[in-house]
Order: sequence, then C-alpha cells, then structure tokens
Amino acid sequence: MSLTAEILISLALVMSGIFGFVGSYGLVKLKDTLQRLHAPTKATTLGVGGVLIASMIYFYTEKGHLSIHELLITLFLFLTAPITANFIAKAYMARNLRREDLPPSGGEYGWSIYDDPPQGKDLAPQPETPETPKAP
Amino acid sequence: MLMRRLVPHPLLSLTLTLVWLGLVNKFTLGNLILGAGFGLVIPMLTAPYWPDRPRIGRPLKIAEYGLIVLWDIVVANVQVAMIILFKRERAIRSHWIPVPIELNSAEAITVLAGTITMTPGTVSATLAADGRSILVHCLHADDPDAVRDEIKQRYETRLKEIFS
Repeated sequence: MSLTAEILISLALVMSGIFGFVGSYGLVKLKDTLQRLHAPTKATTLGVGGVLIASMIYFYTEKGHLSIHELLITLFLFLTAPITANFIAKAYMARNLRREDLPPSGGEYGWSIYDDPPQGKDLAPQPETPETPKAP
Repeated sequence: MLMRRLVPHPLLSLTLTLVWLGLVNKFTLGNLILGAGFGLVIPMLTAPYWPDRPRIGRPLKIAEYGLIVLWDIVVANVQVAMIILFKRERAIRSHWIPVPIELNSAEAITVLAGTITMTPGTVSATLAADGRSILVHCLHADDPDAVRDEIKQRYETRLKEIFS
C-alpha cells in the first residue's frame, strides 16, 4: 500500500472519529429531547461516512477491486436515519406536547398527530391532469 | 395490461436487482437471475402499498439534486458539530417552523422530509393532516423565516421539477 493511500485512510478515520465523538457528546450536552435528536441524525452521518470512505480506499489499493458494500451501507443509512428520527419526534410530540405548544399549520387542517385527515380524500390528491409547473 | 400487473414498478424492480448485485458484491449470471427474480417478486407482493406510480422525469435533475444534498449533508455535519461544541447551552435557540408545501405525490413529500432531516440543523417532525405543510424542528436559527425560505427554494422547487 502506498504512502498516500495510508495517509488518506488515516485522515478519513480520524475525521470519522471526531464526528462520531461530537455526535455522542451532543447527546450528553443538549438538554431537550428534540435537540438531542439533531446530534445523532447529522454529526454521525459523516462519522460513519469517514469509515466507509477509508474502507473503500483500503480495498481499492490493497485488493485492487472496488467494493460496493460501502455504497449500499450509505444508501441504507440515508433511507433509515430520517425515518427513525421522524418516529422519535412523533412519539415525543404525542407524549409530551399539546396542540397549543406547536405553531399553527397555516392550512385548513392541523398537524396530523392531533387532527384526522380529510375524509374521503387521499393524503395528497393526485390531479387528473398533472399540473406541470410552468418553469420560466 | 399484463405487463403492468407483472411489473408494477419498473424502477423499483431495477433498483432491487442492482442492490442485490451490490450485496453479493460479485457479478455472475446466477446472481443476476436471482436478483432479477427478487426485482420481479417483491414489487408484486408489495404492490398494494404503492398504489400510484410516481412520475419521474429528468434524470439529470435527480443527479443534481443528489449532489446538492450530499454537499449539504457535509456542511450540516460541520455546522451541527460547531453548535454542539462551541455554543453555550443557553444560547441555542430552537424553533418550530411550519413550512407550507406544494408537492402533490406522497413520494415527493417523503423525499423532501428525508432531505430536511439530513440537512443543516433541521428535523422534519410531522405533516399537516391534509399534507399541505410540514412541521420542521430547527436546532438553532437566528431567523426562522430564512430557514423556511431556503427549504422551499433549495429543495422543494427542484423536487417539483423532478416529480412533475
């Protein structure tokens, strides 16, 4: 393995270590549950990403083939992290917040935690003729 | 019609096949056939959960959107790390920001909500009951209106062009 590859791998690993640590430290420092939610959903993405980049460089320089597993891990992470965060936020809102604590939705219907969806219609009605935005 | 029942979601089938090939990490004919099998069977079994076919156009726009989001994720990581490390706990001002949305398809709204969660200091918390606005929790913002406007013009306008 060449020296440049080793330096790149070490840089990626150190960077991922720093971001992973900051994400975990955020869990301790921030006080509100919803604020805490921000630390693991974001600061850790780069933490995991750094390890994956290091792993890709290692396999490419050492074994001589490109490994796709790391890309798939990234894909699964991007699919699951927002959904987990959303579930935690919803559970927190349902247990600890009242309707008055949240700003109004600005539309006819309130937030879906407290209000039922419009009857007889889908969540987001698909127009029969697609309203293509007339881009200037 | 038969084609439509056999392959209700061509894009999903293609994605599943590619993901399978990536998972086994080795391209052989057997793996391709097995992956194509999964790509055919899984969409058929889960078709009731995907009633509409999202209209997706402009592959270049999708690539552009992906790159922008990737870049924003890197920026978001640094920003959130800075807030966690250097801001006094009392100085952190969190906000609830309602963002009105004009997207129609459930898929587009899902992508927007996921993007909001992954990018600078914001987590999407819930939707309005009629799907016309989205509630965003912001870790720290001096100007909540600017955050709302940025979400709308940076992500929503691009998604509107993709899912049109």
